[in-house]
Amino acid sequence: MTALLTIIILVFILVAIWQMVKIFDLAQAKNENTQVASDKDNAVNGYLMMGFLAFIYIITIICFVKWGDLPLLSNSASEHGPIIDNLMITSLIIIFIVQTVTQFLLHYFAFKYKGEKGKKALFFADNNKLEFIWTIIPVIVLAGLIIYGLNTWINIMNVDESDDPIVIELYAQQFNWKARYAGEDNTLGKANVRLIDIDRANILGLDESDPNAQDDVITTELHLPVGRPVLFKMRSQDVLHSAYMPHFRAQMNCVPGMITQFGFTPTVTTADMRQTPEIIEKVNNINNIRVQNSKILVAKGEDPLDRYEFDYLLLCNKICGKSHYNMQMKIVVETQEEFDAWIKEQKEFKNSLIN
Amino acid sequence: MSANADTHLHAEEHGHHHHKETFITKYIFSQDHKMIAKQYLITGTIMGVIGVLMSIMFRMQIAWPEQPNVLFQALLGKWAPEGVMDADIYLALVTIHGTIMVFFVLTAGLSGTFSNLLIPLQIGARDMASGFLNMVSYWLFFLSSVIMILSLFVEAGPAAAGWTIYPPLSALPMAQGGSGMGMTLWLVSMAIFIASSLLGSLNYIVTVINLRTKGMSMTRLPLTIWAFFITAVIGVVSFPVLLSAALLLIMDRSFGTSFFLSDIFIQGEVLHYQGGSPVLFEHLFWFLGHPEVYIVLLPALGITSEIIATNSRKPIFGYRAMVASILAIAFLSTIVWGHHMFVSGMNPFLGSVFTFTTLLIAIPSAVKAFNYITTLWKGNLQMNPAMLFSIGLVSTFITGGLTGIILGDSALDINVHDTYFVVAHFHLVMGISALYGMFAGIYHWFPKMFGRMLNKNLGYVHFWVTAISAYGVFFPMHFIGMAGLPRRYYTNSNFPLFDDLANVNVVITIFAVIGGVFQLVFLWNFFISMFYGKKTEQNPWKSNTLEWTAPIEHIHGNWPGEIPHVHRWAYDYSKPGHDQDFVPQNIPLKKGEEELQH
Repeated sequence: MTALLTIIILVFILVAIWQMVKIFDLAQAKNENTQVASDKDNAVNGYLMMGFLAFIYIITIICFVKWGDLPLLSNSASEHGPIIDNLMITSLIIIFIVQTVTQFLLHYFAFKYKGEKGKKALFFADNNKLEFIWTIIPVIVLAGLIIYGLNTWINIMNVDESDDPIVIELYAQQFNWKARYAGEDNTLGKANVRLIDIDRANILGLDESDPNAQDDVITTELHLPVGRPVLFKMRSQDVLHSAYMPHFRAQMNCVPGMITQFGFTPTVTTADMRQTPEIIEKVNNINNIRVQNSKILVAKGEDPLDRYEFDYLLLCNKICGKSHYNMQMKIVVETQEEFDAWIKEQKEFKNSLIN
Repeated sequence: MSANADTHLHAEEHGHHHHKETFITKYIFSQDHKMIAKQYLITGTIMGVIGVLMSIMFRMQIAWPEQPNVLFQALLGKWAPEGVMDADIYLALVTIHGTIMVFFVLTAGLSGTFSNLLIPLQIGARDMASGFLNMVSYWLFFLSSVIMILSLFVEAGPAAAGWTIYPPLSALPMAQGGSGMGMTLWLVSMAIFIASSLLGSLNYIVTVINLRTKGMSMTRLPLTIWAFFITAVIGVVSFPVLLSAALLLIMDRSFGTSFFLSDIFIQGEVLHYQGGSPVLFEHLFWFLGHPEVYIVLLPALGITSEIIATNSRKPIFGYRAMVASILAIAFLSTIVWGHHMFVSGMNPFLGSVFTFTTLLIAIPSAVKAFNYITTLWKGNLQMNPAMLFSIGLVSTFITGGLTGIILGDSALDINVHDTYFVVAHFHLVMGISALYGMFAGIYHWFPKMFGRMLNKNLGYVHFWVTAISAYGVFFPMHFIGMAGLPRRYYTNSNFPLFDDLANVNVVITIFAVIGGVFQLVFLWNFFISMFYGKKTEQNPWKSNTLEWTAPIEHIHGNWPGEIPHVHRWAYDYSKPGHDQDFVPQNIPLKKGEEELQH
């Protein structure tokens, strides 16, 4: 209904504009009858250019003030998170400066040099010095960014095996996630989708004869001990998926037929994160929105929405089919003791099979 | 040269005894480049309307998820039971929107229209090197458009794997409804499209190399022609790779091969595929996919160069640097495809290489932007609608291009990959920019195409509303992307985490609807002016290039007598020593006048 109303209103606006243009046309008819811009058009559009510049600046300011500090931007929960965030902020500052200056020059010139009859433009076709300057400046800035960026990238992507990371498999399928812990031996058992045996509850296709597989633990929630490096091995059984963990600044595709990997160290437990002022504010804000939405739902006779509580999430971020929009897994970062207690409650692979 | 002589003879023949043209040879199976250009434009426009309509529908779904909507009910039929959009059709709309806009509107509609119209007219040729191949190229494009539209009506739904059609999703009918007949038609349509594009590109290349009029050296070519020429070269280099990817995918789908598939368990059964890799497809796809961005963008930049110079009444600043940057962009565009695949599982070292080459592209791009701005400096700017769209292009090209610094940086891409940040980036830098280039071209060359003028006031309304809504849609979109919102989600309501972004999405959708509806102003102006617009003068914008020396009435062979000879470059605007502020390329140098060493 809202959409229909919107459309109707827009149609009316359109009619109004059409009428305005007609009036404009009639007013002009006496003096000139041409579709080439007149001095008046140049002037009007010149001023509009300045107006548009103001619009760009205003929309930039509104966006940064209202949405620039979304906690996902500032609150990272992994060791490499702040490194990425710093690089991001550096890049944003450079972009912001270049954007502000070049948009100003573009629109200001469009305003300043608006055409007038009888005026002649400057014949200025080339200047090697200028060309050199604005080739070399981007070269220097980009060289800096490339070096900074590549250093960061190599740091993140090179997993140091000597750190003794805990190895966890992320297993993707339409449309859910599983996690497989390597168990005591910290070595994942061999697996292939050809070994999947649904009847025996071997849902990830583990090799039942592989001794390393026996103590593997398969879960539907991802628990991580805080401060311990994790090395994720990603697998997919059907189509491409992408394991996206935005709070940890982590993402890697899951590709059928191959194992991909990504490693990071979580630094903030879920409990601690819930206590940070940014997250408290964000959660309150979201709950206010949910209360408002619930009122509408209840009025329609539907159930109200649950209260939102902050949790880290693993999202699917590669189009994977109909329910792509709801493929998620909760991530819990906790202390080593909590983690040990939790993993002990889970069934080992050898005990989870149905014979 | 023989083709030139040949068409030359033809033209003479025409001049003497008008042999009859039937409706069919003139309007339908025409071999005249001007008519073919119009055919491309009209077909592209129709496809554009469909593509934009789709985007308005899925934007409404994102803003008001799972709400009944009369628009859906009216247009989606069984895919919107009781007016609520289905999740399958949401993905299909996103997919077909992308396909149509990138290929059918901004590749065929843009290059097809303006390369065809302008290459012969601006280089001084009677027609394309092969009028017949040119006709075949258009009709293949038409056929592929028809097939793409037909695929919308397939029982199980049109292709829905995203416009990048990554396998296995696109390869397995059981993975998704749209991967059945819909995907088959998509692949067939695209294969035909590629054939069309290749025929067109080869024709453009041969024409530019062989059929330039006397005096039209490569360094006197207008920048439009440079852009179209290099675009065609990129197309010839990269489109065949997509064709091979499509063919291999067809084989995987229908003949049981395993190029892109391996170890798949789906719907309770293990499939036989072994040894292939989806990553291989990604490489092949983006080997075209990234150059494709420049296939879309370069013609728009070429058009802008021409229009900004003409309407600034100034030479384009740094002609040589502009040509060099086109060449640099073209070269680099073929070695950066991996930046779409930083988190695809490919070797991180490869990621480093692609980061390096990708960020290099910013250098020629920056040179172009600065040169445009300098061209405006101390000009005498004629604010025709075409000029507004060209300035608008430079603006969105800068805004959109700058965020490329973030996405091209592999470390930063980890967290914004496949989020709305990407959507915002590429829509501004290639979508909106190229669309502005296309609009600019239409406003500028409409008199050449139809002998009539577009209404300028409607043009102003069209530009300003479009400009504001484009920023209104895509600027805030960066921020929801940085907040981690993935693209291609049917609804975000399963993630309370994103509830605080819902109002941003409503704002974006409102701007999108306004922007979409105001394109009707353009369509109205376009179709009415075609028949009732004010008759044009021969050279309404007082431009230097050769097309304005040809008569308003379209004739076979373009010029009634001899083809004009060229004596200078295309940018002698406001040159000291001349009474007028423009000197067309066919005017000989005055005594003692020196041609600029550009």
